Amino acid sequence: MRAGLDVAVVKQLGAFSLDAAFSAPAQGVTALFGRSGAGKSATLGAIAGALRPDRGRIALGDRVLFDADRGVDAPMERRAIGWVFQDARLFPHLSVRANLDYGARRARGRDAGVRFDEVLSVLGIEPLLARRPTRLSGGERQRVAIGRALLSQPSLLLMDEPLSALDAPRRAEILPYLARLKTHFALPILYVTHALAEVVRLADQLVVLDEGRVVAQGALADVLARADLPLLAGRADAAATLDGIVAEHLSARGLSRLRIGDIDLYAPRLHQALGEPVRAVVLARDVLLARVRPEAISARNILPGRVAGLASRPDGSVMVRVALDGGPALLAAITADAVQSLSLAYGEPVWAILKSVAVEGAAPGGLLAMFDD
Amino acid sequence: MSFSPDELAAIRTSLIVAARAVAFALPLAVAMAWVLARGRFVGRPILDLLVHSPMVLPPVLVGYGLLLVFGVQGPVGGWLLRTLHVRLVFTSTGASLASAVMAFPLMVRSARLSLEGIDPAIETAARSLGAGALDRMATIVLPLAAPGVVSAAIVGFAACLGEFGAVITFAANVPGQTQTLPLAIYSALQAPDGDATAFKLAGVSFALAITALAASEVVARRVSLAR
Repeated sequence: MRAGLDVAVVKQLGAFSLDAAFSAPAQGVTALFGRSGAGKSATLGAIAGALRPDRGRIALGDRVLFDADRGVDAPMERRAIGWVFQDARLFPHLSVRANLDYGARRARGRDAGVRFDEVLSVLGIEPLLARRPTRLSGGERQRVAIGRALLSQPSLLLMDEPLSALDAPRRAEILPYLARLKTHFALPILYVTHALAEVVRLADQLVVLDEGRVVAQGALADVLARADLPLLAGRADAAATLDGIVAEHLSARGLSRLRIGDIDLYAPRLHQALGEPVRAVVLARDVLLARVRPEAISARNILPGRVAGLASRPDGSVMVRVALDGGPALLAAITADAVQSLSLAYGEPVWAILKSVAVEGAAPGGLLAMFDD
Repeated sequence: MSFSPDELAAIRTSLIVAARAVAFALPLAVAMAWVLARGRFVGRPILDLLVHSPMVLPPVLVGYGLLLVFGVQGPVGGWLLRTLHVRLVFTSTGASLASAVMAFPLMVRSARLSLEGIDPAIETAARSLGAGALDRMATIVLPLAAPGVVSAAIVGFAACLGEFGAVITFAANVPGQTQTLPLAIYSALQAPDGDATAFKLAGVSFALAITALAASEVVARRVSLAR
């Protein structure tokens, strides 16, 4: 029943040409990331049925939504795609409950396993049911819009920069609800954003779009840790994500031990229970490199690895990709001078010194506060 | 104040003619307003001009045009008479048609203002939730345009009550059949002792028009409060 998304679209829009191909698995959040004008909205429009590609094919599993060669072009209302817009677009003449029912009534017998009560509790909209959209805050409106899309029992949930119209406190308010979506509802989510913080927080898969082309796609940690992608590595907030579990709380030391692959990572004491999945984020500018293991140093995390890639950055510094022994990869932003004096080259062993590790829930504001753009 | 049978007939004829005209023209006016508000086609400015022409043409000319088209010798009128045995000229149905044509641009304008105020993005949202075109029209567009549609009906009704030139040209002035209030007032003024009748009917006319105006104000205010 669950089906992944396959997209290959070509579309000429004035001087801009979109030529994007990617896929999203049947489960989890796939982030479509790129700066403004990269073609994210056009891609989304093509998937939703609002924009007709010149060529290409769009399919959800074996259900073909668009195929230029075979003349297939399912109308938007038949695509069974839940679409969450930047602005909530609630129906102003209907109550919150009637808004939620609108899609549910038109599900045409589909069942994506989305229960009304569960939507109310996961999104916290039970107290809002009798209200009119005009009487809701921006964050509340967006939560209702997400609920409305989910209750149409879609085969795919499209989220088009759902936080971009909100201010920072509202964004922080909504993010936890978004993070809960993928654990509660088993449908693929395509999340479009230009905010790396949201990608880092929510995504499992990452598709990077630049000037109408897909420049990278794959598992989040793999794509983020690529040193050769200027779009990601050139950013001040370039970071690696490390998915693991809470292995031990060292309350006396004020630390928690995370297990990530075969690696132990120490973070400030977390409130999560033992065994719970967590995502640690390590900014490239917070990673130092050394050829010998440093002694008597304040950093808690000193990990051995090998240089797996070097790329010059626009500001003259160098992004070094370090493959940790028995684990994932990190990024380190260091000066070209340091690369020379340490004679760093591909395959050379190094020690990575992590100045700080951010984990959601460890500090007030969490990951979002860390790189709020 | 008492009314003679002829005066009562004029009031009744007016109300029936206007009600029928609005019932017939309102759906068409809303549809036309929708086409003009959202349609993207080559002849749109010309259609716009055509729809609005009764507002600027002399009413008697509109009545004459209707005679040419819907008269028993006319292309549409002749066909109606032969196939459906319906005659429009000199009937109260004809009076409805004439006043409907005159009121049509007013109704289109009123409905169009409301329809243009609806954000197409809201319709896209409904569409993505599985609503087809008719479904969206019934559940999103018309409810959101309701104030404009209601005021179109009221304005149209008032305009139909007052229509003179097109009605007298196309439907004539037959007491009890096509003699509406303005026509009855006109006839009364022609009669040597008709001043009292003219004054009474003018009062009725005035009261109906003011009531309609007040009703449309109330509707507009209630809607702006609900938003």
